[in-house]
Amino acid sequence: MSGARAKEAPAAAARSPALLLTGRRLEGLPIIVVFFVLIGIFTACAPRVFLRWPIYDSFLVTIPPLLILSLGLTLVVAAGEIDLSFPAVIQFSGFLFAFCSLQLGQPWLGLAAALAGGALVGLVNGVLVAVVGVPSIIITIGTSFFWSGVATVLCGGLSYALTDLQATPIANIFAGTLFGIPAEAFWALGAAVVGWFILNRHRFGEHLLFIGDSQTVAQVLGINVVRERIKLFTLMGVVAGFASFLLTIQNLNYFATQGQGMLLSALAGVFIGGSSVFGGSATMVGSVFGALIIGMLDAGIVATGVAGFWVEVIVGLVFIVAVVLHIGIENPARLKQLRRRLAFRE
Amino acid sequence: MANGRTPPPRTYTNIVKAENLCVSFGKVQALSDIDLAIGRNEIVGLIGDNGAGKSTLIKALTGVVRPSSGRLFIRDEPVDLGRYSVRKAHALRFETVYQEKSLGEKQPLWRNFFAGRQIVNRFGFINVREQQRIANEILQSHLGFRGIGIDANSTVANLSGGERQGIAIGRAMHFDADLIILDEPTTALAIKEVRKVLDFVRWIKESGRAAIYIEHNLAHVHALADRLVVLDRGRIVANIRPTDMDLDALTHFLIALHEPTAGVAA
Repeated sequence: MSGARAKEAPAAAARSPALLLTGRRLEGLPIIVVFFVLIGIFTACAPRVFLRWPIYDSFLVTIPPLLILSLGLTLVVAAGEIDLSFPAVIQFSGFLFAFCSLQLGQPWLGLAAALAGGALVGLVNGVLVAVVGVPSIIITIGTSFFWSGVATVLCGGLSYALTDLQATPIANIFAGTLFGIPAEAFWALGAAVVGWFILNRHRFGEHLLFIGDSQTVAQVLGINVVRERIKLFTLMGVVAGFASFLLTIQNLNYFATQGQGMLLSALAGVFIGGSSVFGGSATMVGSVFGALIIGMLDAGIVATGVAGFWVEVIVGLVFIVAVVLHIGIENPARLKQLRRRLAFRE
Repeated sequence: MANGRTPPPRTYTNIVKAENLCVSFGKVQALSDIDLAIGRNEIVGLIGDNGAGKSTLIKALTGVVRPSSGRLFIRDEPVDLGRYSVRKAHALRFETVYQEKSLGEKQPLWRNFFAGRQIVNRFGFINVREQQRIANEILQSHLGFRGIGIDANSTVANLSGGERQGIAIGRAMHFDADLIILDEPTTALAIKEVRKVLDFVRWIKESGRAAIYIEHNLAHVHALADRLVVLDRGRIVANIRPTDMDLDALTHFLIALHEPTAGVAA
């Protein structure tokens, strides 16, 4: 037996790196399968909707802000943290953008302000988590209330119509169309590629994975845990600021409660995608397809003729099943234990 | 043995030396007035009860924990404690072999070998292919992991205690350390694996390097160390040459340490 194994080894060593990559299983494969199965089900139930382009066109407009949030959250989850304050950033940064565009006539300054506002929120989160040591799930509830309140105070509860921006360069670049495809889709795709490289190929992403794995180990290995976590939350703030800008410019309207429905959806996208709820392992490809599924279910379920009331029930089911399955894949011992326990009962 | 590279000449007297080193966590004084010098090619066994401060001491020496006062010399040169860090210690060729606390469980080995000092380009992107190649090389030539189904892409979670220890040792060898710190390296290992670790300690000595060796098993440490340093409640209470005190006497000495009447006089 050991002789046969030893024979395999040189062959393994001789494998080219390209083969090594294709030899590994495709990242996010289970969720990609689920995605296409869902499309299949929707197409079977509502062929008149799902065999035509308009539904996909509208997905490519509505999903990108959510998807971009999921990408940022993937990094946060990789480090074993959570950020619940991004809906507040969507309110706050959206206000900054709307204010600069409408009152100052400077939409590009508005974009910079939206990103900087997000960075500020994230920086405060990061310092409170990494330096002061408050768990992120707790402190981001607090900062969420605070910044959402600040946004409400600043805008006085009013909404801003930004119709003047229609057909301006900034609107065309971020919310126009290219080759008949909504520009938002390209931005989301670009963000996904950048996100994948940060997580899987950059030093920063590796540090996040080790921090998520164990902070003690990360520290012993010489990773600056405090600095990397501050950077992480700041980056998440910037990402949320960008998502907010995208949402505002595609609607050409800012309203004081925007982003409030996105908290659970964006997080669901990450966990449905297969990133570990315990930190230390995360998948950008999974998050892309997770966000696509979440963004699609709503319209899809309605189109199939099931009453709209059922949407959340089904989203909830998909979420629970996905997370349980992912834990099973991540830690087969847990499933075995469960099976043994069930067998014991019988 | 390590990479076939020839290490630069070791011309210093002490690889590391602490003077009046103190570490406190809040109001708790974890280490008080530590004076300790480790020679260029010396194996120093660090012994003492749980909570005596052994781990804190090596954390202070390797930049994980910042001392509250005192002085530190590396290769006879003073070190600015305010700027001392793990990264700095790595650059000075200090390596630590922990069993539990130095490997990322869910990460592949090619990441674990290089975490904290990745091979990166100017923009901080990791050269994955190069890291995988070196990781496989370490696994196959240094560690004899050839053909047992472990390669650079294996994750640590799937490895046994002995294999993990092998990974940490392989990492220390690859980075060509001058000082190797072993924190209870034989805990929970099978006998065969323990022997590999002890061989590694002998290799450290033979190749002209230094080691700090923390060990609960007095027989191991007594047999391998040039000098035994006993820590008790944050202080160094004895420096012993194994040739001066046999294993039985050492055991009695350590027990007496905690009997109120005996004190430190022994």
